[in-house]
Amino acid sequence: MKLNLKIWRQPSQQAQGQLVDYQLDNVSEDSSFLEMLDLLNEQLIENGDEPVAFDHDCREGICGMCSLVINGVAHGQDREKIKQVTVCQLHMRNFSDGETIVIEPWRSAAFPVLKDLIVNRTAFDRIIQAGGYISVSTGSAADANALPIPKKKADVSMDAAACIGCGACVAACPNGSAMLFTSAKITHLGVLPQGETERYQRVVNMVAQMDKEGFGGCTNMGECEAVCPKEISLDFIARMNRDLISAAFRGISPTV
Amino acid sequence: MNVDDIKVFEGDLDSAVPEGPIQQIWDDHRFNMKLVNPSNRRKYKVIVVGSGLAGGSAAASLGEMGYNVHCFFYQDSARRAHSVAAQGGINAAKNYRNDGDSIFRLFYDTVKGGDYRSREANVYRLAQVSNNIIDQCVAQGVPFAREYGGMLDNRSFGGAQVSRTFYARGQTGQQLLLGAYQALQRQAHAGTVTLYPRTEMLDLIVIDGRARGIVTRNMITGQIKSYLGDAVVLATGGYGNTYFLSTNAKGCNASAAWRAYKRGAYFANPCYVQIHPTCIPPSGEHQSKLTLMSESLRNDGRIWVPRQPGDRRPAAQIPEEERYYYLEEKYPSFGNLVPRDVASRNAKAVVDAGHGVGELQNGVYLDFSEAIGRLGKQVIKDRYGNLFDMYTSITGEDPYEVPMRIYPAVHYTMGGLWVDYNLQSSIPGLFVLGEANFSDHGANRLGASALMQGLADGYFVAPYTVGNYLARVGADTGDSAASAPEVAQAEAAVQEKIDKLMSINGKHSVTHFHRELGKVMWNGVGMARNDAGLREALQRIPEIRAEFWENVRVPGSAADLNQSLEMAGRVADFLELGELLALDALHRTESCGGHFREESQTEEGEAKRDDENFSYVAAWEYTGDGSTPNLHKEPLKFEYVKLTQRSYK
Repeated sequence: MKLNLKIWRQPSQQAQGQLVDYQLDNVSEDSSFLEMLDLLNEQLIENGDEPVAFDHDCREGICGMCSLVINGVAHGQDREKIKQVTVCQLHMRNFSDGETIVIEPWRSAAFPVLKDLIVNRTAFDRIIQAGGYISVSTGSAADANALPIPKKKADVSMDAAACIGCGACVAACPNGSAMLFTSAKITHLGVLPQGETERYQRVVNMVAQMDKEGFGGCTNMGECEAVCPKEISLDFIARMNRDLISAAFRGISPTV
Repeated sequence: MNVDDIKVFEGDLDSAVPEGPIQQIWDDHRFNMKLVNPSNRRKYKVIVVGSGLAGGSAAASLGEMGYNVHCFFYQDSARRAHSVAAQGGINAAKNYRNDGDSIFRLFYDTVKGGDYRSREANVYRLAQVSNNIIDQCVAQGVPFAREYGGMLDNRSFGGAQVSRTFYARGQTGQQLLLGAYQALQRQAHAGTVTLYPRTEMLDLIVIDGRARGIVTRNMITGQIKSYLGDAVVLATGGYGNTYFLSTNAKGCNASAAWRAYKRGAYFANPCYVQIHPTCIPPSGEHQSKLTLMSESLRNDGRIWVPRQPGDRRPAAQIPEEERYYYLEEKYPSFGNLVPRDVASRNAKAVVDAGHGVGELQNGVYLDFSEAIGRLGKQVIKDRYGNLFDMYTSITGEDPYEVPMRIYPAVHYTMGGLWVDYNLQSSIPGLFVLGEANFSDHGANRLGASALMQGLADGYFVAPYTVGNYLARVGADTGDSAASAPEVAQAEAAVQEKIDKLMSINGKHSVTHFHRELGKVMWNGVGMARNDAGLREALQRIPEIRAEFWENVRVPGSAADLNQSLEMAGRVADFLELGELLALDALHRTESCGGHFREESQTEEGEAKRDDENFSYVAAWEYTGDGSTPNLHKEPLKFEYVKLTQRSYK
C-alpha cells in the first residue's frame, strides 16, 4: 500500500518543530506500524536524510516504550475499534491504501519532546519514587503463604498493576493529567494487606509529586481510559480520591 | 578465526566452589565472607549496568545495604528492561502443593534439563534461594495468582512433573520487574542509588587488573563520560539479537558484555542458544522482531503440516488422512509436549522438507479445532483468550476458525560471560548477573527458570559476594583511579570508534547489515548445525563485517540523540560475537541441549552428548581482533546428579 505521512520533526528539546510530509510506497499490510516507520527510516538513510527518531523496544506491547499519537489518538486505533493496543501491536491492515496519517509525539508539558517523536517521561519515575512501593528490604520477608490474600483483592491489584507506564493517558487527557497512572499504582499496592501500612502517606506523597511535575487535574473526561492499552479503569481514580480524602482527615501531609 | 588454531588451556580456571557437601556450602561460604561495616558501606561505589530483574534487584539490594550505587540503563525508565516481557512464571521449590517437590528436586531437574552442562554448586544455590525470592516478591506486593482460600496458586510448566511455577496472569516478568523497579525507585528516593536512564555502557575500565569503571554515552546529548567505582556489576542480558530476528526487544544488545570480553573477561559457551518452538513466523522482509506465543498452547493445540510437500490448499481443505501430525507420530508418549529443542528441530525439518504452511511456507500449524470440539470454544477462550487476541492483531487471522501458524525463534542465550561461584568474571571486581552470565542453565534452560535466576543473582547472591570482594580490596576513597591512564585511553577508544562509524558514510543502513548477519546466523548456526555450515558461517561473518566497516551509513551527528549510531555500535559488536558463537559451535562436535550437531545424534535423531570429550565449560579468551581466541576449559564434575541420555519416545 501507499501512504502519505505527516510526521512531527523536532531536532531537539529547545528547537522548534513542524509536521513534515513523506510519501511511502510498498508498505505491507502485514507489517506493524513501527515496521512501517522502519521502512521509511531505511529509505531516508539510504537517501542520505536523517531518520525519524521514535521510542520503541519490546515490540510486543508490554514494555511501554512506544508512544505515538496517530491521527489524533494516543497509540492509534484499530479499524474495528475492538481493542486498544500499543502502537507496536497496531498493524497496517487497519489503514487504507492512499491514506494520510498524522504522527505526533505524546503532547504534555510534563513530557518534553527530546527529539522528533521521543519524549522524556522520567516524571513518571519520580512519582513512583515519591511512594510507589512497599518498604520492604531484601531479606526481611516472611513466608509467602503466611499472609493469605482474598483472590478478589489479588485480582483487583493485578488489574491495576497491569499498567505499563507508557503515558498514553497523559497524552490523551485535555488537562495532561497523570491521575490514571498514579491511581493504578496506588490501587495495586493499596488494596493489598502488605501495602496497608503506608497507604495514606503513599497517596499524599504521590499526588504531591504528580502536581509538582506539572501534570493537570482530572475532570472526568475519560479519554485516558479510552486509549489505555491495558484497560486500566477510571474506578481507580475514584479510589485514589477516596484515599486522599481519608488521608486529609487523618492529618497526613506530604513529605516529598 | 580458525578452529584448528585454538590454543587450549586446562586447569587454570578457578571456579571458587567451596569444599563440602553441596547442601552446606552456600551457608558456610557466607559465614566465611568478610563483611563491610554498615557505616563504611557508603564509601564504596558500585556500578550496576542494566536495570532488569538481575540488575534492578542487585542495585536495590546493594542500595538498601548502604552502598553508594550507580545504575545505568539504555531505556528511558528502569521499568522497561526486557525482563518485562516474560510471560509464563517463576519456579520455586516451595512444595506448597505437597507433590514431592524439594530444593534437591528443583536442582536435579535444572541440571538434567540443562543436559548436564552446568555447574552443580551454582544450580544448587539457585534452587536454595528460589524460596526466598517468592517471599520477597510477595512482601513487595507482586500480585501473584491466588486460590479462593487466599493462598498462592501454582501450575506445572514446561513438562515439569511437579507444580512449582508461580505466576501473575501472563505477565509474570512484568510484575516481578515492577517489584524490583519499585524497590529501586525507593532507593533512588533515599539517595543510595543514582539512576542514569538513556545511558549506554560502551567500554569497561580495567586498572591494575581490577574492573574499576565504565565509559558511557549519554544517548540524549551524545556526551562520552566515564564513571569509576570499586566494583562493576553487569546485568545486561543475552545476545539473542545476534540473529537479527529474535523474541528479544529491539534494543537488547551484547555490547557491554562484549566490551568486557575484549578487556579480558572470558566468554563461556556462546553456542548455547535456546530456540523457542512457538513463535509467530515472519511475514516478510519488513519483519523487525518475532513474537513468542506461550508454550502452554501446546497443551491443547495439535501440531501438523500437510503430508504432501508443497500442498498449498487451505488447512480446512486438507483431509485428515493427508495431515502429518509429526510430533504425535514420532514421539507417541510425549506427543506435542516434547521439550523445546526437540519441537523446534522437528518443525525445521518438516519446513525444510517442503511441508511448510502459510504464504511464505515458513510455518507449521498449531490446530485447536479438536480441542474446541472436545471442550467448547469458551473453555479455550478462558485458557488462551489473550494469546488468541494477540495472534489475531498480529496476523489478521482468527485461530478459533483457522489453525495458528507457528515457527521457532531465538529466545534465550544460555552462554555468557564466564563467572565463578561468586558470580565474579575472570576480571576481579567485575560481576556478571542474570542472562548475561553463563552459569546456571547449562546447554538448555527450563521454562520459568530465567526469572528465578535473574532475581536469585540480584537479590540473594551478588549483594553478599560483591560485599565480600569490597571488604577484601578496601575502598578507594582518594579516587586514585581517576588519574590512571587507562581511563583516558578507554574514553579515547570509544570516541575513535564513534568517529569511525560516523565517517564511513557508505551506502547501506545499519539494519541492512544486521539482517545479513542474521540470515547467516540462522542458516548456519541455528537450530541444527553441521561442520560445513559452520565453516561457511565463519567465512561469511568476517566478510559482512568488512563490508559493514566500509559501507555503513550512519546519518546525523554523534553529539545528539542518534538511534542509527546506537544501533551501529551494537551491530558492530554482534558482527564479532557471531563469529565467536560459530567457532564455539564448530569446536563442540557433540550435541547437547540447545546445541545440535547433526553429526552427533542417536539412531532416533536425538541430541547425543559426548561426555568423555565435552564435559566442560568452554571459556574463550580474547586475543585480538580477528585472531583465534584461546580456549580455557573448566571441567564439569557431577557428584550429585546421574548423567543419562534424554529420551522422549
